[in-house]
Amino acid sequence: MSLPEIIRGKVYVLGDNIDTDQIIPAQYLTFNPAIPEEYKQFGKYALIGVPQAQGGLPKGHVPFHDAGDEFVSPYKIIVGGRNFGCGSSREHAPIALNAAGIQAVIAEFYARIFFRNAVNGGYLVPFETPQRLIDRVCTGDMLRIEIAKSILVNESTGESFSLNPLGEVAPIIEAGGLFPFARKTGMLQSV
Amino acid sequence: MAGMTLTEKILAKHAQRKHVAPGENIWIDIDILMTHDVCGPGTIGVFHKHFGRHAKVWDREKVVIIPDHYIFTADAMANRNVDVLRSFVKEQDLPYFYDVGTDKYKGVCHIALPEEGHTRPGEVLLGTDSHTCTAGAFGEFATGIGNTDAGFVMGAGKLWTKTPSTLRFIFDGDMPPWLMAKDLILAVIGDIGCDGATYQAMEFDGPGVFALNIEERMTLCNMVIEAGGKNGVIAPDQVTLDFVNQRNKSKKAYEVVKSDSDAHFAMEKVYDLSKLRPVVAKPHSPDNKAFADELKGTKLDRAYIGSCTGGKMTDFRAAAGLLYGKTVVIDTFVVPATTEIARNLKTEKVNGLTLEEVFLKAGAKIGDASCAACLGGPSDTFGRLNSALRCISTTNRNFPGRMGHKDAEVFLASPLTVAASAISGTITDPREHLA
Repeated sequence: MSLPEIIRGKVYVLGDNIDTDQIIPAQYLTFNPAIPEEYKQFGKYALIGVPQAQGGLPKGHVPFHDAGDEFVSPYKIIVGGRNFGCGSSREHAPIALNAAGIQAVIAEFYARIFFRNAVNGGYLVPFETPQRLIDRVCTGDMLRIEIAKSILVNESTGESFSLNPLGEVAPIIEAGGLFPFARKTGMLQSV
Repeated sequence: MAGMTLTEKILAKHAQRKHVAPGENIWIDIDILMTHDVCGPGTIGVFHKHFGRHAKVWDREKVVIIPDHYIFTADAMANRNVDVLRSFVKEQDLPYFYDVGTDKYKGVCHIALPEEGHTRPGEVLLGTDSHTCTAGAFGEFATGIGNTDAGFVMGAGKLWTKTPSTLRFIFDGDMPPWLMAKDLILAVIGDIGCDGATYQAMEFDGPGVFALNIEERMTLCNMVIEAGGKNGVIAPDQVTLDFVNQRNKSKKAYEVVKSDSDAHFAMEKVYDLSKLRPVVAKPHSPDNKAFADELKGTKLDRAYIGSCTGGKMTDFRAAAGLLYGKTVVIDTFVVPATTEIARNLKTEKVNGLTLEEVFLKAGAKIGDASCAACLGGPSDTFGRLNSALRCISTTNRNFPGRMGHKDAEVFLASPLTVAASAISGTITDPREHLA
């Protein structure tokens, strides 16, 4: 996805150190994301590795999917704590969140490879925040991210929070990922 | 102009620049790109999508394909993924493919790469696996990337990267016989946290590091990702060069790079090895540090010795030393990282028995060379935790579900601590056998 002006939707809240094995456990990595029917399957198993008590904070035990749709989640935004996406280099992790309909993650900071994969693959926008939001936002709240202003508004409570500017990766996200960015900037001429 | 660290110097050279500083985004040329059965199909898909169905890789000699993750399984999708690799290798006529079911099959990519001569000082190695950082032990810049990045490198031979600052860890003092590199890196991760080196390079230095053999240096660099590190690196010395020269079959020239004496390190931390005790990472995070003696008596269901982290000859030599003449009282799984290591288990002896005989006589089960249960995988994977078992393991991660079941508990430790614990069925400090 390239960058819209506003990302708005219900939030699913997770804790610290959400690693790639929780986002998409290893037994589901046999699907090939290059095949569209199999790409869809990643949405079905997204976040299936999160222990139930830690899924959908603050209460926990909140399923990520509705009974009505096993592939796409009703949530559009994830709020996490520190070191989101740590662990393996599997691009299947941001792919799983993208396939499940997640458009943005807001975390205190990311593990490096997850961040790169999210940006370079153009799957979702990884925002960082100077504040710890997992104690301030509840699963199911309606959030609105105003990208140009780097502001997050919790429409359910009326609170608003500042987000860190996207900074040096903004041009890549705006271009829609590494390939369009490299073509736009002349690093890639072929094809 | 200030001096540069080893990592900065390699990146500058690969960006055709005299100098780079931490934080700078640069485009670098890639020397080797490695992929495997889990991320290869996605990478190939990205390559074909963006460079065209009939595109050729940028350099056949620089692409290495090593199936290793889901190998000995009946899972049809997993086997299909190896077929995707096979047809790509054929289409591109790639010389370096270590295919399953042939005598070229190797096993775990991070150990196969150096064994087959694909690691050299001063180079840039990228792989679609987070433990690609293992190869920093050879004095090169090595890090893990995703499918999009790898697909890009496959066609373009270059990638943008942010220059990391470097943290330096200095190991002083003599290492006692009950410690292994695994204890050192678990101590570091426990001290700085599993996000303590995020976006940064970790350089290991000091006499304690240069006293380690090459496999132990690989173990140190292997787990920098568990601290969030971008790469781990150790300056090459004669030990490195002897190994590399013996394996560098293509005789490709390389350059030995070391940190400048006036290089800036973002942090330095010194460890006295003579004072360190065996370390265990408790569930469910590699930075959940404890000392083995503090966990004495903790009941276990299973022991596991294998993976890129803990499945090398040095690891098995250490474990066999303790298991010789003993019997394990819990299920104990032994998985050599590569086929070369598996062959060596059948020939190297301790007190007249091969290492393989020592493990079998002790009651352990030995699996085929692959990643196996380190990352769970398909349900028929050798040693996988299919129920809520408590396991002590020489592997690298213990997040929930990593080795299979979400409610399983994994304790990470050195091969010595795992072997000592397999004998008693409870977490046991190896000093009880060795001190």
